[in-house]
Amino acid sequence: MTSTALRSRAWKLLEMVTTPLLPSDYLDLVGPLRAGADLRGRIEAVHPETGDAATIVIRPGRGWRGHTAGQYVRIGVDVDGVRLWRAYSITSPTNRPDGRVTITVKAIEDGKVSNHLVRRAKPGTLIQLDQPAGDFVLPQAKPAKVLYLTAGSGITPVMGMLRDIEFDDVVMVHCAPQPQDVIFRNELHDLVADKKLRLTEVHTDTDGMLDIARLDELVPDWAERETWACGPAGLLDAAEEHWTEHGVQERLHTERFRPSIVVAGDGGEVTFSATGKTVDADGATPLLDIGEEAGVLMPSGCRMGICFGCVTPLKAGAVRDLRTGEITEAEPGVLIQTCVSAAAGPCDIER
Amino acid sequence: MTAIDPTAHLTAEQIEELGRELDAIRDEVIAGRGEKDAAYIRKVISAQRKLELVSRGVLLFSIFPPAWLLGTAGLSVAKIMDNMEIGHNILHGQWDWMRDPKIHSTTWEWDHVSPSEQWKHSHNELHHTYTNVIGKDNDLGYGIMRVDEDQKWHPFHLGQPLWNFINACFFEYGIAAYDLELGKNLNKRRRKNPEFRARAKAVGRKIRKQVLKDYVIHPLLSGPSFLPTLGATFTANLVRNLWTHSVIMCGHFPEGVQVFERRSIKGETRGQWYLRQMMGSANISGSKAMHFMTGNLSHQIEHHLFPDLPSNRYAEVAVKVRALFEKYELEYVTGPLPKQVFSAWHKVFRLSLPNKKPKVKTPDREQELVAA
Ligand code: FES
Repeated sequence: MTSTALRSRAWKLLEMVTTPLLPSDYLDLVGPLRAGADLRGRIEAVHPETGDAATIVIRPGRGWRGHTAGQYVRIGVDVDGVRLWRAYSITSPTNRPDGRVTITVKAIEDGKVSNHLVRRAKPGTLIQLDQPAGDFVLPQAKPAKVLYLTAGSGITPVMGMLRDIEFDDVVMVHCAPQPQDVIFRNELHDLVADKKLRLTEVHTDTDGMLDIARLDELVPDWAERETWACGPAGLLDAAEEHWTEHGVQERLHTERFRPSIVVAGDGGEVTFSATGKTVDADGATPLLDIGEEAGVLMPSGCRMGICFGCVTPLKAGAVRDLRTGEITEAEPGVLIQTCVSAAAGPCDIER
Repeated sequence: MTAIDPTAHLTAEQIEELGRELDAIRDEVIAGRGEKDAAYIRKVISAQRKLELVSRGVLLFSIFPPAWLLGTAGLSVAKIMDNMEIGHNILHGQWDWMRDPKIHSTTWEWDHVSPSEQWKHSHNELHHTYTNVIGKDNDLGYGIMRVDEDQKWHPFHLGQPLWNFINACFFEYGIAAYDLELGKNLNKRRRKNPEFRARAKAVGRKIRKQVLKDYVIHPLLSGPSFLPTLGATFTANLVRNLWTHSVIMCGHFPEGVQVFERRSIKGETRGQWYLRQMMGSANISGSKAMHFMTGNLSHQIEHHLFPDLPSNRYAEVAVKVRALFEKYELEYVTGPLPKQVFSAWHKVFRLSLPNKKPKVKTPDREQELVAA
């Protein structure tokens, strides 16, 4: 017998010992970061960067496969007891000797997770992790000239790149409301002092929004540079247009944060993605009824919100709890009780 | 169907008002649910797992009597925690709001021969929707006992104290059979039904795993302590069964709890549904430890009103619910465990014998409401 076969035998035997739980349920008690466990991380430190941004140092579990500069990681954090998932760019270099990774988070208005991480997260807390992902990364072959065009927290993936690899000729144009809002400002200025970076800060409170046409004056050779841009949609749209106009769009790489914002309304178009049906729903009829009327096979039970026999994944959009008025937005892993939920805008139910 | 309807003094408006007041209590808890509650259930789960690990570890040496005693006691408590405060409540969806896939009604499996999925259907859906409605709620007497004066007596019922005792000893198997609706499904035609067969297979699989673990694997691991470990696991299962059976009996059987007729729930409003839960359940009074070991089913009335609120909140909810009982002049059936257990058993004995038909029949709530 091969060793893998032997190991799987042993594991089966162990499962018999721990049934109906799994051996990992017990192992997690002592080694939540061990190899073979679901990927998790432990927050080891929280360093403030600006008034509303902080860097979180995370010790990833043994299953962490490592990242490429510029990538992001999805993390699951328990906020007020509820697990919420968000994606953040990794700001640490890929070769950090202690194996830790950092993300740098800017607290956004009403952002549950970002505010929690910046202001309340405590060292020692376990968080859930996904493997790093994203193709906003540097190419294998080193470009001769580089431009980083960033705004606000759009600097975070770029910082991961700056810390990872040195280029001979790097220019950065970064926008932030005021000097004190520039995340990593000291480190950037150190790089400038060491002549490793040429930096232009645009302080939008005094200078106004960056007009993309000003690039000609700020970085005259911008069109020759391999460019990575990250920031609000307005900036990226303008950049894409500008680069395309000059026929150099293949030199521009962009990364967009928060692509979709759910606007909760009253009723909306409901898609039953597994069945491929779409129907209009008002804001007062339970989705269970809507689905049944449309001929979708809907699991159900008490039909009054007590038995949890109707829980179904919400793939997209938002729903309103008909009893409390509470809005639930789609996120991976979110299940809703269809018998007491109505459409709050367009939504997608996995049935 | 008791001689006098204890809710007869309430008008239809009052009942709806009562419903609104209960909704408000529910909303308040939901709005305040958070980190502390999540920490609570995590702590309980981790404590249960550690207790089980340690107890099983001690039982490896159960050839020594003190180790046997300690291990058996620990395992009994661990099994009770698993079924009551953890399993029962998670399977109710009480912790689904945490969005932790490991502590969720759709993924949880418990140390019990009835698979979670089936139990959720018979318990959450049938029992909790049709609480105490004769013919719809099989929890009433589990289909083997007569629990109300109005039910027809049959010589078979003479033996019901014995059936009840046997059921108590093997309660988890009773529940599994009950979830399968064995009584009704064992006739020739239904036995062949593929859906029933699939469910029966699932139960068979679960029983096999449970028995293998408790009565083969763990004793074998104990080597020379094989027999003592086997005895210890058997004892722990017995203790757990007797305990849960007692707690469950206290929930709906003690004297003073009402049962309802099928037609009385036709077109039931939210207020009326709440009222039925209030009149159809009974509590157990006692210490914090008692509430914990019953999985907070000592707050059965509150649990039936709000089956999906986190169990650690029932104690605070109970104060408000009790005030409503007083306000609406309703009887809040509660008492210490021995008293409630005695009361329930007393009823089992009493109704094993035939009785005279009660003279005054309660008018149907429906008709009454039309009249009001
Ligand atoms: S059908 Fe029972 S909770 Fe939805």
